Amino acid sequence: MNWITNFVRPRIKSMLGVKETTPDNLWTKCPSCGEMLFQRDLEAAQYVCSHCDFHMKANARQRFQWLFDDAQFEELPFIPVAADPLKFRDEKRYPDRIKEARTKTGQQDAVIAAKGTIAGVPAMVVAQNFAFMGGSLGMAAGEAFIAGAERAVNDHVPLVLVVASGGARMQEGILSLMQMPRATVAVQMLRDARLPYVVVLTDPTTGGVVASYAMLGDIQIAEPGAVIGFSGRRVIENTIREKLPDSFQKAEYLLEHGMVDMVVHRHKLKETIARLISMLMKTPVSAAIAKAVAEPEGGALVPDGVEADAVPPPPESEPQAAQ
Amino acid sequence: MSTYLEFEKPIAELETKVSELRKLAEATPGMNVADEAARLEARAAQLLKDTYTKLTPWQKTLVARHPGRPHFYDYVRGLIEDFTPLAGDRGFGDDNAVVGGLGRFRGRPVVLIGHEKGNDTKSRLKHNFGMATPEGYRKAIRIMDLAERFGLPVIALPDTPGAYPGLVSEERGVAEAIARSTDRSLSLTVPMVCVITGEGMSGGAIAIACGNSVMMLEHSVYAVISPEGCASILWRSADKAADAATAMKITAQDLLALKVIDRCIPEPTGGAHRDPLAMVAAVGDAIASELDVLGTKDGETLKRERREKFLRMGRSLAA
Ligand SMILES: [Zn+2]
Repeated sequence: MNWITNFVRPRIKSMLGVKETTPDNLWTKCPSCGEMLFQRDLEAAQYVCSHCDFHMKANARQRFQWLFDDAQFEELPFIPVAADPLKFRDEKRYPDRIKEARTKTGQQDAVIAAKGTIAGVPAMVVAQNFAFMGGSLGMAAGEAFIAGAERAVNDHVPLVLVVASGGARMQEGILSLMQMPRATVAVQMLRDARLPYVVVLTDPTTGGVVASYAMLGDIQIAEPGAVIGFSGRRVIENTIREKLPDSFQKAEYLLEHGMVDMVVHRHKLKETIARLISMLMKTPVSAAIAKAVAEPEGGALVPDGVEADAVPPPPESEPQAAQ
Repeated sequence: MSTYLEFEKPIAELETKVSELRKLAEATPGMNVADEAARLEARAAQLLKDTYTKLTPWQKTLVARHPGRPHFYDYVRGLIEDFTPLAGDRGFGDDNAVVGGLGRFRGRPVVLIGHEKGNDTKSRLKHNFGMATPEGYRKAIRIMDLAERFGLPVIALPDTPGAYPGLVSEERGVAEAIARSTDRSLSLTVPMVCVITGEGMSGGAIAIACGNSVMMLEHSVYAVISPEGCASILWRSADKAADAATAMKITAQDLLALKVIDRCIPEPTGGAHRDPLAMVAAVGDAIASELDVLGTKDGETLKRERREKFLRMGRSLAA
């Protein structure tokens, strides 16, 4: 096992965010079931475990590759913000933490916005990467989200948010909290322009992020098993002095409590999003949409019984829609 | 009688001595201690003033949480006529941590929303220490809808340690409720004036703190997370709360400098709890002057300016 932890893991980590050709001999261990997975298969399966269906974390550029047609997209430029507005010091200097996160992820900050087409429908995707300081929401992330929304309005295209975040960037203090109203204003710009805003909640999405723009989607989607909630599990357990079940704050729990529209397997995300935004944008069904719906990417890998959003067959007596 | 904070101990000793001297003088006719009492009293007053002009961020946090500090209902009693509380979110229940209603403020009908923490054991339990469940924010949304429909200004008084971190909050979507309340505040076409009267902690506060004018009392605090919470995450020890309070920049003075708030309302010497009536009146004056300015603007301007203010926030800090 030693060579796995000492050699393979760091290599895999260093690859995240930087597209490299994968050597043939790399394996990774599923954090959920412990199964050893062949790295190339795992990438082809969009980081979903082929044994237990666990959805692993993904970075922003992987999200773009999986959602945009032919993995083609245009990234919006990074918008520089005040580097350390509070001169924040805890055990490390904030700028040092940022530098580390940049090296680790190959991203300038937690959020990147990109433009492309999803099954032929032009769209913006904003992706928030948990690997960058826990996907925390600071000024740079706020600017990236706002820029994504402004570009969507400008180009008259829908915006899809794929989010993973532990919440606020504490090192930016109140300026981090202010990203909640700022991002909310960006959502309002989309709404004013009557553009669809689709949110995909992935593991984990918590704190201030889920209490603002990540909960304001026209459609709320969650990936299976994703932890989604406002307060941390331990904080709640301390408050109520009770142990919470494993299912607490999971995507399926939110579905049951009416907080999301659907739980969608990662292999069906593109198809689902394409279907939704093409209808909301009143885009005629194109060959690309038809193809995406007929052949969902990686669809063959979906084990039986995991489609959480199976559509019931129409009742026999239901009259067909007029026109 | 009065509650002294730990750092007020030297003041407490002097003030206790003064009242003991006075009692002694009353009980002993002919005994002249007036000079001594006056001298001690002056020293106590000076010490109080000195202490409060240089409160640390952590000391301000303690003052902001002082049990004698005026809360929502103290402001309502002092400033609002015909206050008519409104209850319920029309979906599940009524929350007592976020309260609100209709009333007349210096002649004009307004709607009010705010956190109430309670001021004794019984009322603190009733108001859940100012920690709201989703129903509180959904009630706030409903009251803001009412303001919008009838063109009434919104006065909001956030004062909370944060939303209630319990199972019921998660079950019923506290995150969504906070998001929608923030959303509603930012789309209003009526004036919204917010005064952070005590502690404005995290999403639980921002949900009702997105006004055209956001003011803070001189010794109130406003933060993304409580100093204790920040310390336990970044320092892995809640004992470092004082360090976290300093690092996070949570005081009205810091937030005014960062242009996150619009105005700081001075407190009576020794803090709002020393003279609640004067504090309430000063808050009333500040709200009135803000409403006078905002009242001249049309709805679309109010909405646009509010949004632009938040969009601008922090941008001027970039080098
Ligand atoms: Zn697995």
